Amino acid sequence: MKHTFKQIFRSGKFIVGFVILVAILLTVLIYPLLIKYPPLDVVSRGTFLPPGIYANIYDSVDSSTRYTLILDDAAAKRIDSRLTQDDRLAMQKWLLAAGISQDEINIDDTAALLELWANNFDQTLRIAGMTNADRNYYIRLNNSLDGLMSTEALILAAPNPESGALEETGIVNQTDYVNVGQVPNIRVLPLGTDNFGRDVLTELVKATGVSLSIGLVAGIIATSIGLVLGLVSGYLGGFADDIIMFINNLFTVIPSFVLLILISFSIGQEERGAFVIAVVIGLTSWVWTARAVRAQVISLRNRDHVNLSKLSGHSVAHILMTDILPYLASYVVMALILQISSGILIEANLSIIGLGPKTTEVPTLGLMMNWGMIYQAHIMGKWWAYFPVVVMIALITFSMNLMNTGLDQVFNPALRD
Amino acid sequence: MKSDTEILSGKGLTKTFGFGAQRTVAVDHVDFSFKKGEIISIVGESGSGKTTLAKMLLGLLKPTEGEILFEGKPRDIRSYRKKKEYWKNIQAIFQDPFSSYNIFRKVDTVLLDCIRMRGGRRLPYEQKRAMMQEACSFVNLKFDELTNKYPFELSGGQQQRLMIARIFLLKPKILLADEPTSMIDACSRATILDMLMDLRNEIGMTPIFITHDIGLAYYVSDTVYIMEHGVFVESGSADDVILNPQETYTKRLLNDVPKLHEEWDLSTV
Amino acid sequence: MSRVILEVNELTTNYVTRFQEKIYAVDHVSLKVKEGRSLGIAGESGCGKSTLALSLMGYYFPPLHYASGEIIVDGQNITGMDPDDVRRTILGNEISYIPQAAMNALNPTQKVINFIEDVVQAHYPKTTKKEIYDLAAERFELLGLSPKVLQKYSVELSGGMKQRTVIATSVILSPKVLIADEPSSALDVTSQKMVIKMIMDLMEKGIIKALIFITHELPLLYNVTDDIMVMYAGQIVEKGTAQEVVFDPIHPYSKALMGSIIVPEAGLRNVKLTAIPGTPPNLKKPPAGCRFADRCRFVMPECRVMSINLREVEGGRAYRCIIPEEDLRKAYENEE
Repeated sequence: MKHTFKQIFRSGKFIVGFVILVAILLTVLIYPLLIKYPPLDVVSRGTFLPPGIYANIYDSVDSSTRYTLILDDAAAKRIDSRLTQDDRLAMQKWLLAAGISQDEINIDDTAALLELWANNFDQTLRIAGMTNADRNYYIRLNNSLDGLMSTEALILAAPNPESGALEETGIVNQTDYVNVGQVPNIRVLPLGTDNFGRDVLTELVKATGVSLSIGLVAGIIATSIGLVLGLVSGYLGGFADDIIMFINNLFTVIPSFVLLILISFSIGQEERGAFVIAVVIGLTSWVWTARAVRAQVISLRNRDHVNLSKLSGHSVAHILMTDILPYLASYVVMALILQISSGILIEANLSIIGLGPKTTEVPTLGLMMNWGMIYQAHIMGKWWAYFPVVVMIALITFSMNLMNTGLDQVFNPALRD
Repeated sequence: MKSDTEILSGKGLTKTFGFGAQRTVAVDHVDFSFKKGEIISIVGESGSGKTTLAKMLLGLLKPTEGEILFEGKPRDIRSYRKKKEYWKNIQAIFQDPFSSYNIFRKVDTVLLDCIRMRGGRRLPYEQKRAMMQEACSFVNLKFDELTNKYPFELSGGQQQRLMIARIFLLKPKILLADEPTSMIDACSRATILDMLMDLRNEIGMTPIFITHDIGLAYYVSDTVYIMEHGVFVESGSADDVILNPQETYTKRLLNDVPKLHEEWDLSTV
Repeated sequence: MSRVILEVNELTTNYVTRFQEKIYAVDHVSLKVKEGRSLGIAGESGCGKSTLALSLMGYYFPPLHYASGEIIVDGQNITGMDPDDVRRTILGNEISYIPQAAMNALNPTQKVINFIEDVVQAHYPKTTKKEIYDLAAERFELLGLSPKVLQKYSVELSGGMKQRTVIATSVILSPKVLIADEPSSALDVTSQKMVIKMIMDLMEKGIIKALIFITHELPLLYNVTDDIMVMYAGQIVEKGTAQEVVFDPIHPYSKALMGSIIVPEAGLRNVKLTAIPGTPPNLKKPPAGCRFADRCRFVMPECRVMSINLREVEGGRAYRCIIPEEDLRKAYENEE
């Protein structure tokens, strides 16, 4: 036994798979201890906030300690963030259309460009071939350029509660800085928010945990049913075998996914918790395990060591437990790993078509995909709402299949290279 | 040693496998009568049905037809309890020692099973230990070195000796030895055969050898049965059958075996 | 004096385990096989006889490694040759090898003739199918096999037939040496006899020049080969003619081995068989002195420390023991 473990941990493939899976498990376990936000809390108004660090503006402005930093490129960066390269090209295009010669326009010199623009832009001018949308764009652009070159401070004002007149309460200079560490409200959203405005990362970690437990429950149920039926039908043979194989054949010819859809649908949206889905998946995916176990038991039951055990007066139950089961153990472990990873995939499949666990209680990887799809994250290019989920599913199944291949090579020396 | 009491006999014993066109007759209406104390050999080539016959004798396979009489009475092994009772009287040694043991169970559990089978389940461990030591020393193994070992850590010869130690503890009336020496080396073969003969004298059992090796059959047995295609073609005392074969099949079999003192006639193939 | 077909000098090869331990399965073995002679190698399982067979081909692949010594096939030294060259020019052309499970070499989806085409074209790519068929048919006829077999699939043939087909194929290029490792052990006595007859025919009809036959079945070896070499724990412990080694063994191990032969012959029924207690030594750590010391009846303290060389006796015999031949013979006589 000890030797087998040593062998397993010498297999490179197994180790890689194992490390990935353990890393995922540790993340699932440790992350909630460090970051205690409820995973399904709606944190943003508006959907699909891009990934980033969100600092509260009110707190930043209101911060008592303000620092002055003189940085040379601050102004340039500020202008850049409001006047992009695309905008400059658009300005050039308008100016050319308005009859300014190519030589006068230098889009890299911000001051000259703005001056040229201010002198020439006329929103009432109609240029041939320009659509209404384009014209509106230029109007918006023109408005946003106001004060771009200004170096004056912004004035903060608050309404006087009595007169209602605005009173100056402070000034924000262009050289004013606040230390982010001193801003009391900062929220890091490494993967942004989803369609409901929920923190995708926290949700993803929770969903991974739920999906893994769905896989585990489904895997254990499927493997145990398959193992018990396989053992009984393989060892006893005869009538028991006929009946079990009849049921098995029935399940084989009906695609289990169709069955799963029908069962899920008939359970109804309200009753479908994550656990119920796991049980349903387990109950429909034992067929191949049962078949394989049966085949192995049939080849084992005529071996001499089983005959010897019979001659030693052991009961059928004893023979199954000590002479058959240990010989199957390695196979069963591998079947379990495969069943877990396929359980996770099946849950994802079901959830994508909207028949997964109900959406109000827990997130699962499949549900996150489902939400992403319904709210068109993939069309709108909001990659953070679905791509990390895809990567997570791929990583889980990849690590498990890798572990399985590694185990296969240990248990079947013929496959070793 | 040989007596006239019948210990195991069969009438019209038949075993067929498969149905319809696939139907094959492995053992075809075989009659035999094994006397208590004699050493019997059943000789046949592969596919002659000798292993099927052995399994039927052991009660591991159900005969399709015919009956087996044990000590003159029809054998009854319909329930688990009766089977267990029958297996106290008949035991086996298999051909391949490497596949005969459960690789997950240690040597002492194999022997403890035998003590339990003989009704010694409640004996104090010290007494069980003494019994196991006695059995192991009978086959020249050191029990104290074996307790924590797995059978597959022993050599083929040692495993086969452990099998004999098992028989020593079980003390059955009949021992079916299915090619007990074909997988082990020539030098260990002599040891195993010696031990089996000693054991026979010690506990008065009736050994039945199932073998393809006509030389071995001649060397060990009193009575030889030659089996071809599921039937006994010739039987009788070892000297009669081997030195004076009557049937062409027996003659051919003998002719095909290389010998030391006779020319091996290769022209007759 | 006829020419030497195969000469092996002090060949040592070892297995390297996954834990980088070396197992010296063939330890300084020398042998010579002359034209028209057959050499038998006897020994128990694990004594290195199969490894010797593999080593003699000069084609090593892990875990088997070459350590020292030389192999000369008909005057051509093949040690140190590039493995690919050995495979292309030596195997099949000069030396052929038949393992016990040779019959499993036939591809079930191909006809026998396709298998033969593969073998021939691997060495002579330009041969046409017609030439190969003619060669194969002629050779099969010569060996008493029907040329119809060539058009069959392996599943249509019985075990003995498959084995004979593979043997006939392996000598299609008329190699000088044939190494047969237990070629008939998995077969029934009748098929075994046919396989042996075929191998004897190969020698008689001059298709092969020399034969090395390996088996643990001594009566068979006695009937097939001219000379016998007994191996124990990777070393040669005795060599001589078949007659001498079987009926007049010198080394205590050979003596015991010959004493354990069982054959169905009158007068051999009540002979006491010789048993050797103990097990062969672990070849990862071979003992310093005689490797048989632990199991030998005549063991002396020096046996365990002195390294013992093969001793030549008159008439080309040799044995590996420090006790003189006459003393051993006397001891055997006293026992009887």
